[in-house]
Amino acid sequence: MDTHIIERLSEMIADGEMKAKYVNVESEHSAMSVCLGAQATGVRTFTSSSSQGLALMYEMLYIVSGMRLPVVMVTVNRSLSAPLNIWNDWSDSFGARDSGWIQLYCESAQEAFDTVIQAYKIAENEKVSLPVMVCIDGFFLSHVYEPVDIAEKAKVMKFLPKYAGRAIDFKEPISQGMWAGPDHYQEFKIEQHEAMRWAREAIRETNAEFKEIFGRSYGNGLIETYNMENAKYALVTMGSLAGTAKHVIREKKIEDMGLIRVKSFRPFPMTEIKKAIKGIHSIGVLEKDISPGMGGALCYEIRGLTRKTNVSTFIGGLGGRDVKIDDFLKIFRDIRQERRGLIWV
Amino acid sequence: MGLKNEKKGAASEPAKGCEACALFFQGSTNCSGCPETIAVRAILGVAGKNTVVVNATSCLEIVSSQFPNTSWGVNYIHGAFENAAAIAAGVSLALEKQGRTGNVIAIAGDGGTLDIGLQALSGMLERGEKVCYICLDNEAYMNTGVQRSSATPFRASTTTSPAGRIIPGNVTWKKPIVEIVAAHHVPYVATASVGYIDDLRAKVAKALKKENQPSFIHVLNPCPLGWRFDAWRTVEIGRLAVETGMWMLYEIENGKMRVTRDVVERKPVEEYLKAQGRFSHLFKPENKHIIKQIQEHVDSEWERLKKRCKE
Repeated sequence: MDTHIIERLSEMIADGEMKAKYVNVESEHSAMSVCLGAQATGVRTFTSSSSQGLALMYEMLYIVSGMRLPVVMVTVNRSLSAPLNIWNDWSDSFGARDSGWIQLYCESAQEAFDTVIQAYKIAENEKVSLPVMVCIDGFFLSHVYEPVDIAEKAKVMKFLPKYAGRAIDFKEPISQGMWAGPDHYQEFKIEQHEAMRWAREAIRETNAEFKEIFGRSYGNGLIETYNMENAKYALVTMGSLAGTAKHVIREKKIEDMGLIRVKSFRPFPMTEIKKAIKGIHSIGVLEKDISPGMGGALCYEIRGLTRKTNVSTFIGGLGGRDVKIDDFLKIFRDIRQERRGLIWV
Repeated sequence: MGLKNEKKGAASEPAKGCEACALFFQGSTNCSGCPETIAVRAILGVAGKNTVVVNATSCLEIVSSQFPNTSWGVNYIHGAFENAAAIAAGVSLALEKQGRTGNVIAIAGDGGTLDIGLQALSGMLERGEKVCYICLDNEAYMNTGVQRSSATPFRASTTTSPAGRIIPGNVTWKKPIVEIVAAHHVPYVATASVGYIDDLRAKVAKALKKENQPSFIHVLNPCPLGWRFDAWRTVEIGRLAVETGMWMLYEIENGKMRVTRDVVERKPVEEYLKAQGRFSHLFKPENKHIIKQIQEHVDSEWERLKKRCKE
């Protein structure tokens, strides 16, 4: 889980490999609060959390975003209690969907590594100035070893120069985190929403720039498509599920089924997805979350983008249940048959 | 986004000879007789311009930071209710990382310190971060309408611990926050009152000394609205609290406790209680025994404190 991330960071700092202040806080709420204070003073910050810890942090997520502080965190996606369960699904970060954080979901360990570097550049973009949450599937990405190309420091420094954003100055003091009445509150929210629009541009640009320096990119930064060229049907999903979907499509030589992996859940890439699903007969959305009384949150976002095409929700993998190759084959069949409503995997 | 702290209009011009007025401007929206401006100016007068104030959600925050205006002539950060200590820790560490020096002062109310903020405070103290934490204690949640907190005195009437026929006011004694903080073995812990500004200033100066951080000052802030006394009596009530022994002025420096203002002949607690509407029900015949109970409690606390000073 997130513990691995912060353990390795503490080792790197203890050995002097990384020059940073490391704070062993007493709670996730305080973790985000320390980030708030440090970022508002004018330094880069990072934290990582999961599940109940992220839930405890919710209050501060909204405040950090509302204060327009470019904090970066990794969320290792895990289910929420009850029942208590430590395994993977997206309940934790989906709950924080409307907190004003940019949310980027990764498919592989390499992508997680690369996205953290990109996240600072996106967050600190002058027109954006919003926090970024890099989301990775618990266990599937956090506990499985895979080779990762660690970027050279010089290249990273070229891509991401020293922090030059907002900082406090004793000569010209500023007030941060003020309260706003009905006359002003809405304007703050309008600006936050506008910043999310700019974030779409920033994510795309950053992905392209990253490719120039490091030779790797992830779709257009917002979404990635696979086998969509001749596809009649499409599966929409996020995170590590996309890896399995690609494998099944490739290995089983499936021609009529394409994959759209949504990397950026917020800001939501409406235009890009609309373009990708043009001419598709039937769409299935596979997701690891449930909004009880409604269904899958991702599915309803997709449904809002098309009036003509059937969009079915496939909810599975909750609490860490494996979504296997056979499950994918069944999902593909259901999509072709335009099976409607909520389908449990 | 950050709002540049500028004085606006003639009303914000600092009074002559009042340096602290340039650090906390005139024109905040607090109630008349509010002790918080007095306390904040005393604190900033000592701390000076090279200061970052981290404020918990509280009366002080509400009266001083309504967008697009600010009362602050120093850097100011407000985050949430329960985490002033953690945010201040972040500020302090960031300044250290940047190689800058400055005072980091967290200011929170009694709710933000003794109740919801206790965990973050304990974490900051335990980690030994360079933060001077000041609790401005008005003994209830005043900004939301005088609800009881764990700092509310025994039998005080609030909107959630009313003076009822069966239950005559708040049922618990005040949480001993100073001793809880001192148990973290921090170098400097003190109590103060807006009734004794020189004492408060001296304590802020000590608390801000580099070797004394983290530090904690618990300031009694008599609230005309919630305690129900006339607005012009704020300082007088702050003194009466000390003169009756309802509030003790002391400090604990490196474990050594010292009374900073000894009261040789304490006035009866009755004088303090009768000056405030929140205790008026105690003067009904059926509640007279409570006053005796409070007097006994104060006497035993003084005994305990004096003994502790000799340790």
